[in-house]
Amino acid sequence: MVVQALKDQGVDVVFGYPGGAVLPIYDEVFQQNDIRHILVRHEQGAVHAAEGYARSTGKPGVVLVTSGPGATNAVTGLTDALMDSIPLVVLTGQVPTFMIGNDAFQEADTVGITRPCTKHNWLVSDTKKLSGTLHEAFHVATSGRPGPVLVDIPKDVQFASADYTPPQKARTDHYQPQVKGDMDEIQELVAALEKAKRPVFYTGGGVINSGPAASQLLRELVDATGVPITSTLMGLGAYPASGKHWIGMLGMHGLYEANMAMHDCDLMINIGARFDDRITGRVDAFSPGSKKAHIDIDPSSINKVIRTDIPIVGDVAHVLEDILKVWKSRGRKVNREGLQAWWAQIEDWKKVDCLAYTQSGKTIKPQHALARLEALTKGHDRYICTEVGQHQMWAAQYLTFEDPNRWMTSGGLGTMGYGFPASVGVQIAHPDALVINVAGEASWLMNMQELGTAAQYRLPVKQFILNNERLGMVRQWQELLHGERYSHSWSEALPDFVKLAEAFGAKGILCKDPADLDDAIMEMINYDGPVLFDCLVEKHENCFPMIPSGEPHNKMLLGEASTKDAIGSKGAVMV
Amino acid sequence: MSALKIKKGSNKHSAYNLRPTFSDTIESHTLAIVVDNEPGVLARVIGLFSGRGYNIDSLTVAEIDHQGHQSRITIVTTGTPQVIEQIKAQLGRIVPVHDVHDLTVEGASVERELALLKVAGEGEKRVEALRLADIFRANVVDSTLDCFVFEITGTPDKIDAFADLMRPLGLSEIARTGVAALPRGR
Repeated sequence: MVVQALKDQGVDVVFGYPGGAVLPIYDEVFQQNDIRHILVRHEQGAVHAAEGYARSTGKPGVVLVTSGPGATNAVTGLTDALMDSIPLVVLTGQVPTFMIGNDAFQEADTVGITRPCTKHNWLVSDTKKLSGTLHEAFHVATSGRPGPVLVDIPKDVQFASADYTPPQKARTDHYQPQVKGDMDEIQELVAALEKAKRPVFYTGGGVINSGPAASQLLRELVDATGVPITSTLMGLGAYPASGKHWIGMLGMHGLYEANMAMHDCDLMINIGARFDDRITGRVDAFSPGSKKAHIDIDPSSINKVIRTDIPIVGDVAHVLEDILKVWKSRGRKVNREGLQAWWAQIEDWKKVDCLAYTQSGKTIKPQHALARLEALTKGHDRYICTEVGQHQMWAAQYLTFEDPNRWMTSGGLGTMGYGFPASVGVQIAHPDALVINVAGEASWLMNMQELGTAAQYRLPVKQFILNNERLGMVRQWQELLHGERYSHSWSEALPDFVKLAEAFGAKGILCKDPADLDDAIMEMINYDGPVLFDCLVEKHENCFPMIPSGEPHNKMLLGEASTKDAIGSKGAVMV
Repeated sequence: MSALKIKKGSNKHSAYNLRPTFSDTIESHTLAIVVDNEPGVLARVIGLFSGRGYNIDSLTVAEIDHQGHQSRITIVTTGTPQVIEQIKAQLGRIVPVHDVHDLTVEGASVERELALLKVAGEGEKRVEALRLADIFRANVVDSTLDCFVFEITGTPDKIDAFADLMRPLGLSEIARTGVAALPRGR
């Protein structure tokens, strides 16, 4: 019955790991060929792989794990998906209903544990409700603001039989989030857009979650109005990096011009972003002179952090369509003179060239490694995943994204160990694409067991490890904010990554000389199979630009020179 | 509420800013939440309050529609206007939550709480307790030779006042239901 429900929901892949309490479902999986099951090496890997699958396809990711430890191992992935609004349906086995509460073998209160880290969850106590609940789960995961849901299925419920409820008859009417924006507010936004001298679009992951149409409409609106656009980490690719009006990523490690534009604008149009603290910096000094519009499908995002003047609750694609309609019918007006001066100002900021670095000597700079990776992979059908830390920020800065669904990173939760399993999920969804996980050595080790999965399914995922033998971001904060006391931020006893790869039947490449870098990257791209690329980089490189916590956007640190004064005296009091 | 663009009773706009500025004043609001009566729904509501650091001053819950499997939760909470708006929006996000009504801003409402108070005493104190109970329209629901159990219904303030008066007269135990509330009119 479970497999039938998954088929009816259009599921073609399930990521999972069997165990005692899900054996009846695994028995069903065994006896069919429509749904492919990918055996991971750890349940956390299954959830991240499903996230990678979901983000790169726009379809919900499906996970099947057992009770107790299977469910608790999935918790990090669920929380990650909740923070980044990724649609997942996670099925967990549970001990039989008559044993629940008895501390049975591999029993855990799964719905209790996962209640705060799922959008919704269900414990199915009756087989009659099983198929209906599964369809409802898919509906909840994918409608409104997407998110992970979990269905906990006791073993006796799996064994029993009952009538099947087809998707059309499942209960979905009780959860129907509003998708159309309020027309009065949209009129007000368009009126503000027509007059604004220094407008900026600030877009986020919501544009990508809304679907390809949203990105298309966004491009149309931005290019027609000529308004500069910046994006959060999660929203990269919704507007192409090669687009004329793109001013780069904003936020703590965002570009100087993007953050300055946010600070000095007079109209900020937030589309599908949530004023995260990595974006706003100091809230009371956040973009002090601007009128703020906020488009979000989740009413609780509005006014949560930043007071909004024009709130629009609705789906990004629907709202953008209405905005375009209204703007065109009112005569396609913008404040040309204002925009011209605004762009001149932005061009001035761009001259700061905040991403400049110098590659010299015999050590590879991480920025250089990524710039070369970008240059050598640009033409490919390319998907990028990352782990969490300095390499993640450098990847966001130095790689470019032309399309949505091409960039998989753990934004909200910041989960080290996300990228490798996510790249497995992406490669499963796009077998012929070039899937690269930009990693740090420490993050990568957190879910390195998935090398077994990559090898088993012959997934040609490229693990591009910027190895500085440090927890680079932790080290950076300790240098700048904790008096250079590097408490436990070394990667001691690192493995030989080439041998490690070979032990799993994958290919390992070691590169430490800048002169070899291009050849090594080409070797990685051309190898048909999983590659572990150990790129030894400068160990003490810091990630700039940087807005220190507790500072507003216009107080960015731009590089080694500017940090000396800015941090030296007052670094200790920053949070 | 016309200046705020909010229709009375509407929860669609509950995230919209209700006040001209983010004020720091702490306000008390009574929220009525209609939910599906399914396992764990109360835990979801309470978990939201504890997980996000909101206050619960009182909470009552009971099934109100057996056929339709619906329960009504009444919560009295405190916070700045921004926090109250967040609470309502976050409650609205919970899948089995049907409706969130802020009775404090949606016009006049009636609030009642029931309390049982055990007062032990003899002689003049016992007579005085009975006299005060009469003034407060509290009923005696049980009596022994040395103590009364009073039942009182009213606003939380009235119950507070009655309890304060009973304290010197031998109040030994009190049980309160928390607030139940309904808006006035149709």
